[in-house]
Amino acid sequence: MQINFTHHQSAHCENGVVSNLMKHHGFNVSEPMVFGIGSGLLFCYIPFLKVNHAPAITYRAMPGFIFKRFAKRVGIKIERQKFKDPKKAKAVLDENLNNNNPVGLQVGVYNLTYFPDEYRFHFNAHNLVVYGKEEETYLISDPVMETVTTLTDKELEKVRFAKGALPPKGHIYYPTNFPKELDLEKAILKGIKHTCRDMLAPMPVLGVKGIRFTAKQIRKWPKKLGVKKANHYLGQIVRMQEEIGTGGGGFRYIFAAFLQESSKILNNPKLADLSKEMTQIGDLWRDFAVDASRIYKNRGAKADGYNEVASQLETIADKEEVFFKALKKAI
Amino acid sequence: MKKSEVPQDKSNLESANFRELCYAVDENGEYTTAHTTGWDPKTIALDNAIEDIHQRIEDAKNRVQNNQTSPIEYYMEFHKMDLPILASYVGIWQWRVKRHFKPKVFHKLSNKILQKYADVFEITIDQLKNLQHAN
Repeated sequence: MQINFTHHQSAHCENGVVSNLMKHHGFNVSEPMVFGIGSGLLFCYIPFLKVNHAPAITYRAMPGFIFKRFAKRVGIKIERQKFKDPKKAKAVLDENLNNNNPVGLQVGVYNLTYFPDEYRFHFNAHNLVVYGKEEETYLISDPVMETVTTLTDKELEKVRFAKGALPPKGHIYYPTNFPKELDLEKAILKGIKHTCRDMLAPMPVLGVKGIRFTAKQIRKWPKKLGVKKANHYLGQIVRMQEEIGTGGGGFRYIFAAFLQESSKILNNPKLADLSKEMTQIGDLWRDFAVDASRIYKNRGAKADGYNEVASQLETIADKEEVFFKALKKAI
Repeated sequence: MKKSEVPQDKSNLESANFRELCYAVDENGEYTTAHTTGWDPKTIALDNAIEDIHQRIEDAKNRVQNNQTSPIEYYMEFHKMDLPILASYVGIWQWRVKRHFKPKVFHKLSNKILQKYADVFEITIDQLKNLQHAN
């Protein structure tokens, strides 16, 4: 049995699942729109949390938040369920498929067999859509893949019940109730305001301040940790910024695309100008990644390399501060 | 980033026939999406991370052979796990798992507990006890 579902590739899994499910239900909402309305853009340095033996740094909102905010702001209702018992989780999934309802699932990446080995880490906040079942094989639309794929019954159970940080516990979700027409204008304004608030938050590790905090840490790393560990940490930042799902430049390009689309919907030319500015900031993030990679490429790097990339981050922080203040005023 | 500047470097993605989507600006300044096969700065970062994991596995293996740790730690590294992840998979408290890293404690473990670890690593108890069998 197969539901007539169209797969569109996206940069990021969560936006992609939402955008694809919305399109399936007849609402043409792009990936950047979902990301922007859901206030996905962020920067946060989480010093006490370690991922792959390096401090966790994120360029986006917590998994699940984007969809939650998006749904609330455009006025759709979502049904969500988590399970203790894998059998029950499967029964609910099958029932939905029988009702011709494609569903989103939260899964762990480590056991996703169709991913290249190098990308299989214990990361539990990946999202995909199941749109059908043929005997014991589920038809999967994973938004970061170019085409659709499949998982067997057992493989799917494993990824749905992965363990570790943020365990999915079989998390299944799908939209149930739609308004007649989506009120995008209001939702966009809310999304932008929220992002500005996050990025300008008076918290040391969040937003613009978080970028400065990270720069400060980078300066300390080579002395405090030794070159090997410092390089590993620096590599981790670049991976978080550029690895599958960010659309490049730590989500800054997706956000710029969102501003461009919004400027047309809201008839606000200021947003188009700001979109261009955000693109330039995205380019600066890319430059930072290039220079950081030069450091961890040659192992015996000198300390000024770290100081240089730290200064780059501080420049970015200054620009983003000006940017988000201007964005707040533009709407 | 301009669409014409979207990097098409060699990466680990290629082997899996997999291209990533990213956002870029076309000639008219309009945002659009483009495929990328990879980008050197992040390929290097990923390669370094993988190499780091291989070193951790190798290191754990040596320590098992020198009787400094139990094979559980080796398998944990082999599966790219750390202590909290392993503990949540086997459903045993972290401090107990850490204790099971001690060879002396490991040798006294009951089959019931060994089976828990073996199930998580998808091996037999025999393989868990003898690293030679593993790979």
